[in-house]
Amino acid sequence: MLRTETLSINMGPQHPSTHGVFRMVLTLDGERVVDLVPHFGYLHRGIEKLAEGRTYLQNVPFTDRLDYISGMSNNLAYALAVEKLAGMGPMPERAEYLRVIMAELTRLANHCVAIGFLLNDLGAFFTPVLYCLRQREYIVDLFEMASGSRMTPSYIRPGGVAGDVPPEFLPAVRKLLAQMPSFIDQLDQLLTGNEILMARMQGVGVLPPERAVALGVTGPLLRASGVPYDVRTAEPYSVYGQLDFDVVTEQGQDAYARYLVRIGEMRQSVRILEQALARLPEGPVMAEGVKRIRPPAGEAYARIEAPKGELGFYLVSDGTPNPYRYHIRATSLANLGALRDMCIGHLVADVVIILGSIDITLGEVDR
Amino acid sequence: MPFLNNLFGNLQDLISSWLAGFLPQWGVDLAMMAITTVALLAFLVVVVMYLTYLERKVLGRIADRPGPNRVGPLGLFQPFADVLKLIIKEATTPQGVDYPTYILAPILIVAPALLVYAVIPFGPRMVPTDINVALLFVVAISSVATLALLMGGWGSGNKYSLLGGMRAVAQMISYELPLAFAFLGVVLVTGSLSLVKIVEGQPGYPLALAQPIGFLIALICVVAESNRAPFDLPEAESELVAGYHTEYGGVRFAMFFLAEYIEMFTGSAMVALLFLGGWRGPILPPYVWMLIKVYAVLFFMFWLRGTFPRLRVDQLMGLSWKFLLPLGMVNVIVMAFIDKLHLPGGFLPGLAASIVILAVAGGVVRIGRRSPAVRTARPGLRVKEA
Amino acid sequence: MSESDTISRLQAALPDARVQPVEGAKDPTFLVEGDLLQAAAWLRAEGGYDFLSSVTGVDRGDHFEVVYHLYRTQGGGPLVLKVAGPWEKAEVPSLVGVWPAAELQEREAYDLLGITFLGHPDPRRILLWEGFPGHPLRRSFENKTFAHAEMRATMTSDEVPHAEN
Repeated sequence: MLRTETLSINMGPQHPSTHGVFRMVLTLDGERVVDLVPHFGYLHRGIEKLAEGRTYLQNVPFTDRLDYISGMSNNLAYALAVEKLAGMGPMPERAEYLRVIMAELTRLANHCVAIGFLLNDLGAFFTPVLYCLRQREYIVDLFEMASGSRMTPSYIRPGGVAGDVPPEFLPAVRKLLAQMPSFIDQLDQLLTGNEILMARMQGVGVLPPERAVALGVTGPLLRASGVPYDVRTAEPYSVYGQLDFDVVTEQGQDAYARYLVRIGEMRQSVRILEQALARLPEGPVMAEGVKRIRPPAGEAYARIEAPKGELGFYLVSDGTPNPYRYHIRATSLANLGALRDMCIGHLVADVVIILGSIDITLGEVDR
Repeated sequence: MPFLNNLFGNLQDLISSWLAGFLPQWGVDLAMMAITTVALLAFLVVVVMYLTYLERKVLGRIADRPGPNRVGPLGLFQPFADVLKLIIKEATTPQGVDYPTYILAPILIVAPALLVYAVIPFGPRMVPTDINVALLFVVAISSVATLALLMGGWGSGNKYSLLGGMRAVAQMISYELPLAFAFLGVVLVTGSLSLVKIVEGQPGYPLALAQPIGFLIALICVVAESNRAPFDLPEAESELVAGYHTEYGGVRFAMFFLAEYIEMFTGSAMVALLFLGGWRGPILPPYVWMLIKVYAVLFFMFWLRGTFPRLRVDQLMGLSWKFLLPLGMVNVIVMAFIDKLHLPGGFLPGLAASIVILAVAGGVVRIGRRSPAVRTARPGLRVKEA
Repeated sequence: MSESDTISRLQAALPDARVQPVEGAKDPTFLVEGDLLQAAAWLRAEGGYDFLSSVTGVDRGDHFEVVYHLYRTQGGGPLVLKVAGPWEKAEVPSLVGVWPAAELQEREAYDLLGITFLGHPDPRRILLWEGFPGHPLRRSFENKTFAHAEMRATMTSDEVPHAEN
């Protein structure tokens, strides 16, 4: 046998396909990946430390900037953690339904971006990206209507939501929901049966279910490996317990299965949104007396099913208005634990696809 | 109409008779050759410039955006802006290059691309020279571009460019064989290698109907030969390998760019000539028909680029060697039989036979492919268990 | 089976682990004063807690805590495990062997708080550069901005072998 040497290649931190400042050092044997070492921390802003110097309410804008593609979801997770810590009672119903509406719109927007950019990495010259971004434009317009900002809304706050939605919001959501199913069908038709897509994504990045659970992987990544675990059904928060939806699971365990899970989740989100819109009651949107949040000493951990997986906030209070310890259980960080396992044995060209199918955002990984 | 149809033929006669007034015969021939060459080059350059514009417009429309629309009305002066930008750029030469190879590569890639137009007819009398092995000439000269790619990759002095160049060469060589088989099917029916006689020897219907397999193979191979999506792995930036033309800037890059678009045009022209009936068509002058058909194939290429993701290198090679080549061989054999048997019905026997062959091929592929549910990666090395 | 039942069984099975419930917590919280590795392995194998959601450390001033949040994919949880220790000897056994999910999060706890995880397969800093002076999330750390020159001066390793070109 020829004695060959392995080659060490650096991908990133500036690279068109690494979804942010992320660097991978690949060790290759010919074209096959033998080892992969991820390096991140380029976007580390010290949010956990900064949060200790600010009040609970002042920390809400920080949460937008974690997974900046899905701002509203991060707000929701933080709000739930603070509410649990402070022992606040149930929130006004209108606020809860608005939260669910915003969270599901975020899920739609995030999956649009994820699918679009996965296809960009595959080389489909920008067409799916632009279709998906066009849909996302409608959704971020809605966010701007509600909160004043497209990407960093700071809308969902401990105690409820920041303010009621303007009167043109609900008709706009209904209009979006009317055309969303046909858009998802269009995307499905364009991409799902595409030979080249299937050839490039099937069998790529296989993650067996036991390994997925052991690695703490969550979200579409876990459900594509056949584990039907979704925080919305496992530990229902907000009003998800009263809404009717399916947990989309696929058995393929590969990148194609993850893509299918995201398409399925988009359809389920439309379903949830329709129910939430139908049941949206009138009423206040912020609980009474939530001006100065000074939780009693203690700790709380709250988690939600963010579009990318399970996002958790662990807060420790010492009775002061500032959190004593503020920890973010980042979805993408846990999901990155699976990257190495999934890439070994594959070709270099597949690494980019696997990374795209995990769907990470460096803001969350690095905080 | 007859005047328009024979426009270029008449122009040729006019000019040569005027020149004969004061030049000896060899002078007239030489002058005609010079004029033809200049006219052809001018035509090609303008065509290619506006091909880039057309591509960007079409791709933009597919992606729900307008395409270039700033520079001039409807963005029509965009190509001039692009060309100007490329020309005024500083042509830096990296330090580790092999200078002769590095400099020759762009030249050697454009020259053959332009050279094949010596034999491509746009109408019955609109070909610079009608040699009787024109098809062979086209295929052979186009292959020189492969050498130029390798020179570009190697001469850049960059390991990744070399890898990209080698991949590009592998791809181009692999796709030339099925292309030759597809062309062979047409040559069998028309009985000549001269492009003019091929078009004239075609029956009343386009050969794409009688030999659909050959047509499809030719379409795919022509896209692969010009390194267009979905076969544009050698130029892909989202892959690791940098590509054979990374170290080239300014005019040198423009040459690679030019060569790619000229090859696209050549490929489309060959498909139009051999499978779509060339310049034949009612009412309109022949060169207009020819251009319509060529642009139809080009539009198809833009459409492919805007829709499909990229193939991975092993899938690319697999497609050519394991699918297109056997299919092409079977196609030639079956078409030879059909032609010799002189079956009635025009294109129907060919069409029917092709459908059967494709069905069989599809069945073979499906058996050979494992179920898509769970396919594991090749084991490679074991993961270090923590 | 509820969390307290699980813990009772754990206390019965592994008295060495010395698991004590923590009063007044919002989620079932238990302090492990003895062998953490044993308790964790038992919880995974017998208790069915196969999903480690979060590993993090807290600086409590005079001592530190490491907090683990466990869930079951079949439904159940959270079960919160804590270990505590003095800052002078900030060492905790690594749970990577039980839950590989702990790998990256334990590295983060080491990086930002300076808690050493014994037996971790890759005990490097994860978010900050090798050679960063101190551990930022400790209450004693003075938050400041690092000028580029100071950052370069403190970098101790050039961990990436630059690909030859």
